[in-house]
Parts: sequence; C-alpha cells; structure tokens
Amino acid sequence: MTQSNERKLTIARSMAEALAQEMRRDEKVFVMGEDLAALGGVYGNTRGLADEFGTDRIRDTPISETAFIGAAVGAAMDGMRPVVELMFVDFFGVCFDAIYNLMAKNIYFSGGSVKVPMVLMTSTGGGYSDAGQHSQCVYGTFAHLPGMKVVAPSNAYDAKGLMTAAIRDDSPVVYMYHKGLQGMGWLGTEEGAIVHTPEEDYTVPIGKAAIARKGTDVTIVSLGIGVHHALRAAETLAEGGVEAEVVDLRSLVPLDRDTIRESVAKTGRLIVVDEDYSSYGVAAEVIATVVENEITNLKAPPKRVAYPDVPIPFARVMEQFCLPNAQKIVAAYKELQTA
Amino acid sequence: MSPSRDELLWMYENMVTSRRFEEAIAKIYFEGKTPVFNMANGTIPGEMHLSDGQEPVAVGVCAHLKEEDIVTATHRPHHQAIAKGVDLKRMAAEIFGKKTGLSGGRGGHMHIFDPDVNFACSGIIGQGMGPAAGAALSRVLQKKPGVAVAFIGEGAVNQGAFHETMNLAAVWKLPFICVIEDNAWGISVSKRESTAVERNDVRAAAYGVPGHYIEGNDPYKIYDIAGEAIARARAGEGPTLIEVETYRLAGHFMGDAEGYRPEGEKDGLFEADPIPKMRARLIADGDATEAALDEIETKSQARVDEAIAFARESDDPAPEDALTSVFA
Ligand SMILES: Cc1ncc(C[n+]2csc(CCOP(=O)(O)OP(=O)(O)O)c2C)c(N)n1
Repeated sequence: MTQSNERKLTIARSMAEALAQEMRRDEKVFVMGEDLAALGGVYGNTRGLADEFGTDRIRDTPISETAFIGAAVGAAMDGMRPVVELMFVDFFGVCFDAIYNLMAKNIYFSGGSVKVPMVLMTSTGGGYSDAGQHSQCVYGTFAHLPGMKVVAPSNAYDAKGLMTAAIRDDSPVVYMYHKGLQGMGWLGTEEGAIVHTPEEDYTVPIGKAAIARKGTDVTIVSLGIGVHHALRAAETLAEGGVEAEVVDLRSLVPLDRDTIRESVAKTGRLIVVDEDYSSYGVAAEVIATVVENEITNLKAPPKRVAYPDVPIPFARVMEQFCLPNAQKIVAAYKELQTA
Repeated sequence: MSPSRDELLWMYENMVTSRRFEEAIAKIYFEGKTPVFNMANGTIPGEMHLSDGQEPVAVGVCAHLKEEDIVTATHRPHHQAIAKGVDLKRMAAEIFGKKTGLSGGRGGHMHIFDPDVNFACSGIIGQGMGPAAGAALSRVLQKKPGVAVAFIGEGAVNQGAFHETMNLAAVWKLPFICVIEDNAWGISVSKRESTAVERNDVRAAAYGVPGHYIEGNDPYKIYDIAGEAIARARAGEGPTLIEVETYRLAGHFMGDAEGYRPEGEKDGLFEADPIPKMRARLIADGDATEAALDEIETKSQARVDEAIAFARESDDPAPEDALTSVFA
C-alpha cells in the first residue's frame, strides 16, 4: 500500500532517527559502543549523530564490551538512559555477565527498587559468508534468560517505534536488528524492510505481534528477516490458492502468545521460521505456546524451518543450504499437507 | 640477536609472498562485487581484512619459530599464517570457500586452522590469548618443547582476555609471548582515543614480565627482540610482552572508505612500505644482490599463482557438508 506523502526509510535510518529524537527529547539518553562516532556505526544506525550531539553523548568505546555494557548498567541505575551497541551479537561471549547477571537481574534483586532503563542494540544474522563468529542470531539465548525484554524488527516503521519504546522503557531491552535488513548496500538490501516511516516520534508497543499478511489456511510465524521469507512464501502459496497468514513477532519477550494462538485457531496449521538454531529456540517456544494451550485446533503437526544445529559455515553453498528461505517454507507447507 | 643471511632472505621471501598473496586476494575479492559492492557476492564473499604493511611483525617473530611452536592469530591472519608455514594452497582454497580448503570451506579467511604447523585463529578480539597460553601450558605439562605466540592487535589489549591471560601466563611462567601489532587503529577508533597508555609495553610491569616496544616496523629489530623473548621462553623463564609499531596500508576491511582517518595521515605511509625498504637494506648491507632478490620475488609470485590457481580450480563443497564435522 502506498500512502500520500510517503517517506520511506531504511532500518538504519529509522534507528538513527529514533535515537536522535529521543536524545533531543531527553538529555539523559546517550549512546556508546564501538565505531559509532566518526564511522556512524558499522551498520549505519548512528550515522550523523556525533555531528549533532557531540562525542560526549555518542561515545566511541575501547574494544571492552564487559566494561562499557557494565558501565551502561551502572549509568542506567544512576538515572541515565544509555543505549549501548554490541557490534555483532556473536560477541556476547566476552561480556555476557554484564548482560544476564547485571542488566537482567538488578531490578529483580532490588525488589524493584532500582530501574535499569537501558537498551542493548546488537546486530544479528548471516547470509553474506561471514562465518560462525559473525553470523548468528542467538535469539533464543537472550529470550531464554528472564529479566530482559527482547525485540527484533522486520521493517523500518517497527524499527523506529520499537527503538523509541525501548529507550522510554524502565527495564532493559535487547534490540536485535538483522544485518540483512539494515539497508546498507554492502550487505545487500531487503526492499521489504524499507517502508513508510513517519517523521514524528511514536512507539510500537513491546510485546505485541503484528499480522504482516492475513490468511486462513496456514499460520507462518517469524521475526526479523524471516518475515520477508514468509511473505515471499505466502505469495507462492497464494498462486496455488493457499492463503497464508504471516505473524511478525516483533517482540520475543514478552511474547504475544494470544496473537499466535488466535491465528492458529483460525488456520489450523503452523510453521515457524527462525534463523536461530533449531533446537531449544524460538520455534520450539512458539510451537509449545500453541500445543500446550489447545491441540484440537491443529490439522497437522507444526513445523519449524530453522537453522540446523551446526555452527554457521563460511562457504556460500553451505551457508545457503542451512539458511531458512521461502522455498523451504513452501516445502514445509507441502509436508503439512501430506502429514 | 641478529638474523643470519639465510634468515634475512627467508624473512624477505615471506614478506613478499604475503604481499603478493594479498594483492591477488584483493583483486579477486572485487570479482562479482562491481558495480554494486555487496559483500555477499563474488568469488570470495564475506569480510576481508588485509595485512599489507604489517608483514615485518610476522616474519620477525616467526623466523624464530619451529613447526612445533604454536601461533594464534586474529581476524587479520594471512601474514602470520604464511610466516608460520601454513599450507598456502589449502589456505587460499579456504579463503575461496572450497572443498580443498584447510577446513573444507567452513572457516573462511578469519578461521584459518592448520594443525600441521600449530596455527589457529579467532575472529573475536583478544580470544587468541587464552588458547595460546593453554597450548604453552600443555607443552609444560607434557614436558614437550614448544613456545606459543599470540598475535593480537593494539585494540585487543583493552579486552579482559588480554589481562587475564597475561597474568595467568606470568604466574605460571609459561613459554608464552604476546605480540601486539600496533597499527594505530581499531576499525575507526584510534589507539589514542581508546587506550590509556601511549605504549602497551608499560603494561608488562603489571604482570612482572619484560616488555618491549619496537619502533619503525623494522624486521631487523623485531627479529632481535622476538629472538630474545623466545629464547627466554624456551629456557623456562616465562612470558614476554612485545608491542610493535606497524602500519595498516589498507582499510580495516575491503570496502572501508577510511573516512575516519585524519587528512594526510596516509601520506608517506607508502614510502615507508617495509618491503622495498628491506630490499634496499639487503642490497646496501651486501646480504643479497638485485638478481637474488628478483629471483625470490619471482619464486614468491609463482607460489602465489599456484595457490590461487589451486583455489580457483577446486570444487565447491557439497552443500550438505555443512552438517558434518560438528563433533570429533
Ligand atoms: C570482542 C570483539 N569485539 C569487537 C569486534 C569487532 N572488531 C573486529 S576487528 C576490530 C578492531 C580490532 O582492532 P585491533 O585489535 O587493533 O586489530 P586490527 O584490526 O587493527 O588488526 C573490532 C572492534 C570483535 N571481532 N570482537
């Protein structure tokens, strides 16, 4: 749908816009991480911000994730609203204590007497042969651990609204953006992520899924780039007269279980698409959400189209073999039919 | 400690091989990436971090190492791999993502593993430190010879793994050397903006080990200091911390426009190119003739050509090979 006076942004631009608007609105908001000031972020999400806000508020850090993420926790508890960037989510290995033992637990440990209003933004995903230390999603790892909200936008509208909501939230929010959706030319561009984005500030509620496409025959649940695979699969299925409903989770924590259940109650079939490793992950959680509630709705066993349980290989043929895509979703639907 | 004539020629040859290799990789990297630069495309997809300019560090250190000694490298590993004797053909094939590559295409350029010469890599900053110290510990426990060298960038000294490993190696007196390649930049952030001390050799005091800073990207000086450190380690006297001033002639990775560099910073950098400089010195010192060096260059080029041809002609892995070799 095109709108009048439409202004399309990439996710990178919309993230930068949300950060800028919140920094203008609230001087407690500041951003820190690697390569954010002069470079404007490896994925463009702080481009131009150092010019407007200076390097006190757009801070380049040493390569010291434990220190600056831990520092964000302390600053947040002391009344600031830091946004920190972990350049690739894969790097959580060097700093996870600050994330899951401090950021995620201090509100609870204090019995709610402290707030930790911080955002941890981090890039996810592969598809461009960056191998297994620079291509993971690990959504499930973050969503599994209580105490942090987790969001993952699939388009620029949601990216801006979720960032604004995350900054205004008094709890820590992990903001996972997929590299393949950023709209950085050098990583390829998913056109579907570049959508109308209002200039004024607005929020997208954390914990609310969106119906990206309405349908009656099968529910395809996904997040981030998987939503675009699902939409493409839905087009192919529609050629054969099958109307797929695509649910864009947008938030993993809290998870909008009602929207998932309502959709499956209507369609009777469920496919979950997830670029994270298949076992113990988002796909399993979505399926459990449905089946532990009501199984008589289901006309066939649910399916997951997820990353196999192997580290991510470099060689393109191997990586592409492992990644979810529209054809695999269509094939999964066919299997549902014969099941 | 001064290099012998043979060692000098070995060092020169490996610097040239590394440079020619990376020139070939750089050219091929853009195949399939023009007019629109998309990292996912081309003969060699993914990130590509070149080490042009940093070759003296690799050869000055590795000239003292034997096959049994251990090296851990970073996301910028080619010069070190070549100097450590990693199989060039299989490394090229790995960088192309081919079946014949060192890891059958699973690792790519940031994950070069060649157990035959005890070489390993990690793309996570600072994470070569622990494994190098652990390999050193293993040799001590097994009463086997061998020293371990962790090469890291100057940006990595601000990681916890750097401090933790330096202290561990020092208290256990491990045969371990940390070599910091100071190219002044960690992507777009300068050493000055990110590191509290001007030179990291002063940090050695915190671990009670010898520390050295080597100026001028000079292979002769690097040879000298590294030789002392490695001899100390072999004698059971414990670790050494060495930082070497070097230059990154290229961007952080290919496709980096380097807009963050102050204007003029790269002026003169190419005149300081260590390879022509070493060539001139070899001749001036009477260690080699023009003809002998020409011959080395021809030989290096031929080795590189052969490796690249091998990589090009090799088959892609089977897609489903992705599912194998997860466990031993
Ligand atoms: C733990 C971790 N944080 C961040 C990165 C992203 N990163 C890759 S290279 C690099 C700069 C490294 O600088 P330096 O150690 O000086 O090595 P150089 O690139 O200069 O060789 C950064 C920040 C990473 N790979 N790992």
